[in-house]
Amino acid sequence: MTDRDITVTVDGKPETAAAQDRTLLVHWLRDALDKRGPKIGCDTGNCGACTVRWDGALVKSCMVLAVQADGDTVETAAGLSEVDGSLNRVQQCFKDHHALQCGYCTSGMLMTATDFLDSGESVTEETTRRAIKGNICRCTGYHNIVQAIRAAASPEERL
Amino acid sequence: MTSDQIARPMLRQQFTGKPLPRKEDDRLLKAQGEFGDDTPVAHLAYLVFVRSPYAHARITAIDVSAAEQVHGYLGCLTPDEVETLTDPYMELQGPPGDAEVDRCLASGGVVRFSGEPVVAVAGASRETARDAAAAVVVDYEPLPHVLDAREAVQPEAPLVHSQIGVNVAFDALYDWGDIDFALENADHVIEVDELHFHRFSSTPLECSAITVEYDAGVNTFTFTGGFATPQLATFNLAVALRHPANRLRVLSKDFGGSFGVKINTHIPATAAALLARKLGRPVRWTETRTEHHLMGGHGNERWFRDVKLAVQSDGTVLGLTYDALDDVGAYTRYEPLGGVIWTQVTNACYQLKHLKVRYRSVYTNKGPVHPNRGYSRMQHLWLVERMMDIAAHKLGFDPVEFRLRNYVQPDQYPYTTVNGCVYDSGDLPLSLRKVLDLIDYQDARRLQRESAGSGKRIGIGIGSTLDSGTNNFGQARLINAHLPFGGNTEGALVRLSADGSVYATTGGVAFGQGHETTVAQVVADMLGVAYDDVHVQRGSDSSLSAQTGFSGSYASQFAVTGIGAMINATNRLIREISLVAAATLGCEPDEIELAEGAARVATDPERALALAAVAGIVHFSPVDLPAEVAEEVGLVARSVYRAPFELPDLERKYGNLTLTYATQIHACVVEIDEETGHTTLLRYAMVDDCGTPINPMVIEGQVHGATVHGISAALFEHFAYDANGQLAAGNFYDYHAATALDLPSFGYDNVVSPSPFTPIGAKGMGEGGGAPLHALSAAIQDAVGTSAMVLESFNPPERVLRLLRGLDAEKVKVAR
Repeated sequence: MTDRDITVTVDGKPETAAAQDRTLLVHWLRDALDKRGPKIGCDTGNCGACTVRWDGALVKSCMVLAVQADGDTVETAAGLSEVDGSLNRVQQCFKDHHALQCGYCTSGMLMTATDFLDSGESVTEETTRRAIKGNICRCTGYHNIVQAIRAAASPEERL
Repeated sequence: MTSDQIARPMLRQQFTGKPLPRKEDDRLLKAQGEFGDDTPVAHLAYLVFVRSPYAHARITAIDVSAAEQVHGYLGCLTPDEVETLTDPYMELQGPPGDAEVDRCLASGGVVRFSGEPVVAVAGASRETARDAAAAVVVDYEPLPHVLDAREAVQPEAPLVHSQIGVNVAFDALYDWGDIDFALENADHVIEVDELHFHRFSSTPLECSAITVEYDAGVNTFTFTGGFATPQLATFNLAVALRHPANRLRVLSKDFGGSFGVKINTHIPATAAALLARKLGRPVRWTETRTEHHLMGGHGNERWFRDVKLAVQSDGTVLGLTYDALDDVGAYTRYEPLGGVIWTQVTNACYQLKHLKVRYRSVYTNKGPVHPNRGYSRMQHLWLVERMMDIAAHKLGFDPVEFRLRNYVQPDQYPYTTVNGCVYDSGDLPLSLRKVLDLIDYQDARRLQRESAGSGKRIGIGIGSTLDSGTNNFGQARLINAHLPFGGNTEGALVRLSADGSVYATTGGVAFGQGHETTVAQVVADMLGVAYDDVHVQRGSDSSLSAQTGFSGSYASQFAVTGIGAMINATNRLIREISLVAAATLGCEPDEIELAEGAARVATDPERALALAAVAGIVHFSPVDLPAEVAEEVGLVARSVYRAPFELPDLERKYGNLTLTYATQIHACVVEIDEETGHTTLLRYAMVDDCGTPINPMVIEGQVHGATVHGISAALFEHFAYDANGQLAAGNFYDYHAATALDLPSFGYDNVVSPSPFTPIGAKGMGEGGGAPLHALSAAIQDAVGTSAMVLESFNPPERVLRLLRGLDAEKVKVAR
């Protein structure tokens, strides 16, 4: 099994490290680059804990080979905060609405929420639940996550 | 604890009781948490287990030669080595079940469930470890297996552990009151042949991940990962590894859910430790989702047979009897504690007077059960609630009135159950009224009438449940009189450091419950400092003296034990601060109060000493203090909270087994599609009562979470096995954990009935008591009326279709 160096711009910074042809993007991000954003909660693409944006498209990084992303950009939850390190609007709404407990699904859930909010789709209870249905959370029961995402979309919500 | 001890500091409640944002959240939201597999460790080896494909087989040969050829292979561990290097884990049951031998790899040359670890293989990377494990060849000779507890108790059944001679690990008769008299004389007797509570688990999103480092220089193992009970884990590891307990350190950082099932992680950790010592490098095991489903701990599956309920014609329920077969899988591990833990809630929510249960813990060739959210109580609570519901339908009682009549009433608290447990407080009728308001009960009935004949059936269900918390470990002696356990304690450490910062360390372990937040709320109020000025240690560390033997998170107890210990430790620190301030300000210690970040004379607040100044004197200028103060004060306060328990009467199986009883009443409205059997939740609401709230936001979040575990279990989740003993739900495709799209938003309200028995009136909560299982069974029953009987806790569309065609109607009889 041969290794080759690949370069991916992760959260705005070009990163180069070796990958085997079979290495999954999530393993490369975690093991080669020590990026803690993407988590692993299953091996079958069901749980969404590893969700990132790959060249702007939302993907589960366990469903992508690292070599496929060579030369591309990847955004993880570690890059969401404001420049000064404070929570961004979506993160703050998650905090205010108690939309996380153990925090293990949170990185993936934030990426999905961010992508949904960026999509311009109208944010209703129904569309929000549909948007996050590929992200499993075992702690919150989703109620507060839905509230948080809807609040982030609402111009009336004061932070 | 006396009320005097807590009266003064709890007078101010600037933070306690408020929905403060959580201290844990910022790091988790920024992806800066540190979970089991997150920590980079130099020179790490990765462990992969070779697991049995058979439910029951003899191991005839193990060949690792091909694995040794894999580039990056580092070494392995075989069952023979484990038998040489370790002692079996302690068994809780007495004879004959205590002949069970349980080790980290298959013992006695036999595998007893599909997925049991046989060989542990280490590689220099995840991939090479997996490649090497795949190259290990194990030859098996299949043995007959048994997968159903009802068959396992038959005399001719294959034996899971041949040396025990039977498949029953524990057999007890519980008999309180006089059920025979009640059944002979009651106006009505409802009889049900058999009900079944299915196998599922809370399946935390983070599977286990454990890193073991062995430091030969000081002969010490350090374990980092998810251990729900670090001191019990240390004890179990010490026994298994034949290693001094004081040379073992168990750490956790962030912890991606446990819900009880991560209480047995010492077992894979043993294998990782042996390899770490053997290879001379740190070893990490990261469990896969499939491995977690195979062996990470299933909830208890239980059969209830020959069930009889005695009811008077006015609707008063007298009592209940049944024969329980609890399927514990291939090893007992934390079992058979489930065999007594259900008796914490013997009465469920009702004024039962007579109860007789034969309870057997039964081995099968399936994955071992671990305590799972609602552990062992929810099975019994479901059964009682199901029988109440069935009786109401069969005898024509209104399901609301029937429950209201039989609930323990608000003026009866503290209420002593048939087996001596003391329900501390509650208001079940008010809770029920509130939850019915939330689902608009009358409107739901109208909807039900109007939907008749439309192809959709509407069902309305109520689930009444208890969440018993703070175990009296003395109940373990009801399982085995020789077990050296009684009562319960938790520890805490609070210190004022040299710069005046307040640091708190709890003995508990958090996996999402917000302990850092609730601890800071209480400590900040007591010390008169800001919420942000209290720093609470993340995770747990067995080497810090905050912990006691029972430390950990389980059995809905932190708000009592963890907070109780923190209050005691903070009181001790307040005493020390008062001594220093009094000596410095020239007054008596009891004249000092703590407020606004300072110790001051209560009657003359201008005479004040900032806490930073107190710390400065003690840490850097003790010469300023009288010798007797300087020698007494260390500004490190360690205390325990001891729950007020006595040992139960072993003869009568009688005594108080838990300190608090939080209640939850759930109600739901479902729509069933007659063509597909699909159940849709139209409305779902719950009313929680866990006494005095510390952080209502956290409480509501816990209630939501437990609710979805119950809903998902009732409709989607089943650890089913096929006839060959293969798990049919080894991943999240086949084991459907509810998604956001499966669920509605919830209605939520609460009732506050402070516990008279706990430090601040709070009760443990979080496990929830499985109310959705009760409520959904009842709702589906309501939708089908008496044409079928809901006798299973798991009701996927295929079962609901059969219910629509009259399933199990004949299994329920009104004998009188």
